[in-house]
Amino acid sequence: MAAVTRPQPELDDLPASSPPIDPWAQIVQGFDGNRSDLVPVLQRAQSLLGYLPPDAVRRVARWLRLSESEVFGVATFYAQFRFTPPGRHRLRVCLGTACHVKGGVQMLETLERRLGVGTGETTADGEYGLERVVCLGCCALAPVMTLDEAIYGQMSVLKLQGILDARTHT
Amino acid sequence: MRARTLSRRRRQAEAGWQGLAASPRPVIYLGMGSCGLAAGADDVLAGTRAYLEEREVDAEIVKVGCIGPCYLEPLLDVQMPGRPRLSYSNMTAELAAKTLDALLAGEVPKRHLAGHFGDDDFDGVPRFADQPMLKHQVRIILRNCGIIDPEDVDHYLARGGYQAIERSLRMPWQDVIEEVQHSGLRGRGGAGFPTWKKWLLCRQTESEQRYLICNADEGDPGAFMNRSLIEGDPHAVLEGMLIAAYSIGASRGYVYIRAEYPLAIQRLRSAIAAMKKLGLLGEHILGSDFSFDVTVKEGAGAFVCGEETALIASIEGRRGMPRTRPPFPAVSGLWGKPTIIDNVETLAALPPIIANGPDWYAGFGTETSKGTKTFSLVGKVRRTGLIEVPFGTTLRRVIYDIGGGPTKDFKAVQTGGPSGGCLGEEFLDTPIDYENLAAAGSIMGSGGLIVIDRDTCIVDTARYFLSFTQDESCGKCVPCRVGTGHLVGILDAICAGRGELADLDRLERLARVVKGGSLCGLGQTAPNPVLSSLKYFRGEFLEHIKEKRCRAAVCRDLVVYRIIPDKCTGCERCVQVCPTGAITGPRAEAHNLDPDKCIKCRSCYEICRFDAIAGDAIVIESRGQHAL
Repeated sequence: MAAVTRPQPELDDLPASSPPIDPWAQIVQGFDGNRSDLVPVLQRAQSLLGYLPPDAVRRVARWLRLSESEVFGVATFYAQFRFTPPGRHRLRVCLGTACHVKGGVQMLETLERRLGVGTGETTADGEYGLERVVCLGCCALAPVMTLDEAIYGQMSVLKLQGILDARTHT
Repeated sequence: MRARTLSRRRRQAEAGWQGLAASPRPVIYLGMGSCGLAAGADDVLAGTRAYLEEREVDAEIVKVGCIGPCYLEPLLDVQMPGRPRLSYSNMTAELAAKTLDALLAGEVPKRHLAGHFGDDDFDGVPRFADQPMLKHQVRIILRNCGIIDPEDVDHYLARGGYQAIERSLRMPWQDVIEEVQHSGLRGRGGAGFPTWKKWLLCRQTESEQRYLICNADEGDPGAFMNRSLIEGDPHAVLEGMLIAAYSIGASRGYVYIRAEYPLAIQRLRSAIAAMKKLGLLGEHILGSDFSFDVTVKEGAGAFVCGEETALIASIEGRRGMPRTRPPFPAVSGLWGKPTIIDNVETLAALPPIIANGPDWYAGFGTETSKGTKTFSLVGKVRRTGLIEVPFGTTLRRVIYDIGGGPTKDFKAVQTGGPSGGCLGEEFLDTPIDYENLAAAGSIMGSGGLIVIDRDTCIVDTARYFLSFTQDESCGKCVPCRVGTGHLVGILDAICAGRGELADLDRLERLARVVKGGSLCGLGQTAPNPVLSSLKYFRGEFLEHIKEKRCRAAVCRDLVVYRIIPDKCTGCERCVQVCPTGAITGPRAEAHNLDPDKCIKCRSCYEICRFDAIAGDAIVIESRGQHAL
């Protein structure tokens, strides 16, 4: 496994870009503390922290007066939540039906080989996190992948190699 | 209280809309749906902006949603003063600049011109609506997609928006439900249950609180109708929610939407804000006694949450696991209150039904399935995209006339996603409706149509769907949790050439157990892809088992890669891309491929086909048969 565990940031150790207010306050801002807030609060925490460190799970549990195992149980049920730090760049390869029949798996394998990681892992330098997703809903342009916010359609191994080469040479 | 109307604002909006069509400045419309973006619409937008700035051209840019033929994206539509809107397809920033150059010089460049939006003949250019992909469609639900700016509520108003809720509020709720009943509208999420029936059940259940949920958790891989509709016309869905909420007496609503659809979520939020400003949400909507508010709930990535009881559990902040029904959510749903869960498309059909009358709507479709249905037409078909056709349209019309036919020989069309099945050639003349697809062993589902040609292996496709449902099984009931795993195991063995004849019986037996014993729709329909493939494509399974041959050359353990020396020019491009050094050979001589080192990654095959000189020098074969 080439995945690495980087030191886990504490809740108070947010990226410098976020406004200078208590991060915890930011996570629960606008919520009432109802049970139905659980998933949205976890989503907010993950969007601010990049993932759900144990400390976040603990504090969310305390705030909603739930057990930690209950919160962890909900969080692990949903594919969106991650418990290890993400890479600086997020690569997602779509393997929906259209992408499957149009060769999406080759994109995933090419990326695994080039980056030296398995799906769901982050490169040793923390640069790229590689994920597979089931359907980004751009099936007419299959196969599809995303790099951070950018969507790439009608991919091929060649096109992918071009994108990777351009990034490694700059 | 008598409801007021938005007529004054609508008149202004109409004037603005007509003003746009008669603009003295050039108006540029850009398709900025997710599919447009995937094709590079962002670059085209940036290029167009830079061009306009550099040339100091005063033009208006309108960002629209997806108009449907995604294979033409990115689309750049330009409306020069006094001329109809012209649509240019497959644009890049450079092409956009060139096209604009010509248009500004008064010419009508014909390259990349897909059609015009005027009513009359224009300079020999066909109308966009006469495009082969569009001319067989009936666009009711998609009427605004790609035409209006989804972030501008005035565009929606100008095209008759929110007239249906105005009309509904003047009618007793019973009459609205009756109109929906007469329209014949059935739930578009897949099951096709009559919409009015569950509404009435909900309304007649005593409760001080009722809920409406819009199910936008479009989980079927290969289907994107809801995404495109919300991105292109969010107000249509929200107006539908108002009509439904008024009918069932709900004061709170939720849109449960996949987190994978960030643009759709943004469009919904912006539309909700616009509605609040117009008094279309909140207390006493349009001055009536009806109050309603909507919250957007982002899903967190669980396919099973498309099932209504699981969806409710998810909104309540629990693991999204289904429960047994009855009680149905219409009686006891969210927090134990009567709840209606309607699909995005069902809701978006309501405004036109109420505005134009149920008889008009029921005039489309078949005896049992009324109206139109949107489909995402994808896979191995020439023209891919989002379409809308009346029920009763045949698969042949959809695949051949609208889709332009398969890219290679047609093998099957997969309908209904992981809950559906693969239908072969013999079903091409089947009119699409709920009953016909079910009788054929598939389902309507939410509307994904994935065309499969001879390069797609049926066994591999069945395995793909089963691995999907296995991954997404919530684990609550044993038949689904364990059964899907075993089905995948057997299919894995067949694909790897380790299958035996008895496996086919095992598959069928196990499939029946999973179907009959599972708690919710996910497990009950999970075996459909296997059962339908076994029924219609048994020969391919037998080839894998007896001859260890995959005729589509997809199953890796059964194929070899080979270089055809006569065709190889020795260009070394494959040598450069081969990740394991399996291909060697001096330049300008036919290369050598060492099968022991080859990991069948396909890189060489792709680069060879890409290179016009070497051409098809690399083939993938299964057991001596040329398959690709």
